Amino acid sequence: MEGNADMTDISLAELCIFACAEAFRTEREIIATGVGTVPRLGASLARLSHSPGLLMTDGEAWLVEQPVPIGPRDYNDRKRAGYLPFSRFFDSAVWTGRRHAMVTPTQIDRFGQTNLSYLGGTHEQPKVQMLGVRGFPGNSIYHPNSMFIPQHGKRVFVEGEVDMVSSAGYNPAKRIKGGNYSAIDLRRIVTNLCVMDFGGPDHAIRVVHLHPGVTFDEVQEATGFELAKADDIGETPLPTAEALEIIGRMDPHNLRAKVMKDNPPARRAG
Amino acid sequence: MADLDKRMSARDIVAQIEDGMTVGIGGWGPRRKPMALVREILRSDVKDLTIAAFGGADVGMLCAAGKVKKLIFAFVSLDAIPLEPWFRKAREAGQIDVFEMDEGMFQWGLKAAAFDMPFLPTRVGLGTDLAELGGIKTVQSPYDDGEVMLAMPAIKLDVALIHANRCDWRGNNQFLGPDYYYDPWFAKAAKRTFVSCEELVEKMEDSHPDDVAANAIERCFVSGVVEMPGGAHPSSMPPAYGWDMGWFKDYAAAAKDPGDWSQVSDRFVGKDEAAYQASVGGVDKIAALPLPVM
Repeated sequence: MEGNADMTDISLAELCIFACAEAFRTEREIIATGVGTVPRLGASLARLSHSPGLLMTDGEAWLVEQPVPIGPRDYNDRKRAGYLPFSRFFDSAVWTGRRHAMVTPTQIDRFGQTNLSYLGGTHEQPKVQMLGVRGFPGNSIYHPNSMFIPQHGKRVFVEGEVDMVSSAGYNPAKRIKGGNYSAIDLRRIVTNLCVMDFGGPDHAIRVVHLHPGVTFDEVQEATGFELAKADDIGETPLPTAEALEIIGRMDPHNLRAKVMKDNPPARRAG
Repeated sequence: MADLDKRMSARDIVAQIEDGMTVGIGGWGPRRKPMALVREILRSDVKDLTIAAFGGADVGMLCAAGKVKKLIFAFVSLDAIPLEPWFRKAREAGQIDVFEMDEGMFQWGLKAAAFDMPFLPTRVGLGTDLAELGGIKTVQSPYDDGEVMLAMPAIKLDVALIHANRCDWRGNNQFLGPDYYYDPWFAKAAKRTFVSCEELVEKMEDSHPDDVAANAIERCFVSGVVEMPGGAHPSSMPPAYGWDMGWFKDYAAAAKDPGDWSQVSDRFVGKDEAAYQASVGGVDKIAALPLPVM
């Protein structure tokens, strides 16, 4: 193969899915959880290409060896190979560290702390109530985590700190003496502009790949804090033809076209 | 001698709940919630409740109706409608006290209560705002490692409410769906647990012995049972029926227009369960709701 597909045919969503799959790349047998269209397709692509050890669920209670396509399907249209209900999720996946989750928090700060709970106001009376912290605190203290942000901007990548710290990051002021923070492992942030990791000084967020046609300054301008820049910063790799075929199979209803406004191409016009 | 006939009416069950009690509600988000018992609470005068739940419309409705003094929660969500609209309204109006925590901490707190422990240690919550907001204290390992952890306090329940597929009159129960969630721990964390069910049978050993591995809660943790077919509606009840997305959409829309619970409570609660079920098309229509695809 190899060769990449004609770039004009590749969407930005597909570029992001390919980058999310890279974030999930592992030699280990761990549970891959991708919440939302792009992260879930990224996890499925990783499972079906370079990381066969990954375990995935059908979103209900069953482990599947063949990732379940997204969108409408028959209830029984999935082949059950194992069992991982919520009732043993913490025992088996989270608190044993055998998981990598990719989620879309509402806010992220320079320490990698995220917020899913509320915006503005106070905890007693928030201006905007969101989901609540869900499993973010446990995920962050126990296993690797990555993020997907479809709209890179200062509303997400905030100045200062997030309104409510729902997941632990690398903020020294949040660490109590004697606590065990050794499993905090923030991997990648994939956005509509770039791919970042936590490889800057003191785990600072660092741009490692820019999507085709995007500049570092533009990413910095859309971020509420100073970003580090990888020495070998390069262009985000385009999905291979094989990857695009798998993505199409995992998303037969083309829900990926609805993730970003007007479904832009991988390289933007102009 | 113990009275093993635990059959009660829904109204009798709710009459056991006093003002100010802590009530745990089983299920998960829009999945297998004891909604008929929740509706019975909504028809009652009980108030100032502390509710502990992996929340869905149960929490939203109780908040909307002003029944909730305090909420113990990790999330409140209808899944496909991620943000529970009536819960949001109550929170943004500052109407309820909250004890917010991680999902894993929540089940850990139930386990502490089940074992009559004051707390169980955990790393979960470290590095976040939860400990400070919730007043959760730390505890140090007495061993050489000296690790400092959070001491997740027991979530002690006065009453737990749960919906099962089958019960018999002694409280034996079966859960035929793929997930118990944390219902067994709600039951063990509570002084008294009441289970509504799709089908009440005479004796489980005669009726459904082949399914006994689906017995999630030993009957010694069950104080009362009531048959309420369709009792999880609008939440899902696998393998019997799925959630009612049309209902959820109406319910979410009503939070915006008219946005006043007193104007819509008849529609979403009904004067009694028969009236409610008739208003949503009857129990046969509930039973025909397709299982959700995740």
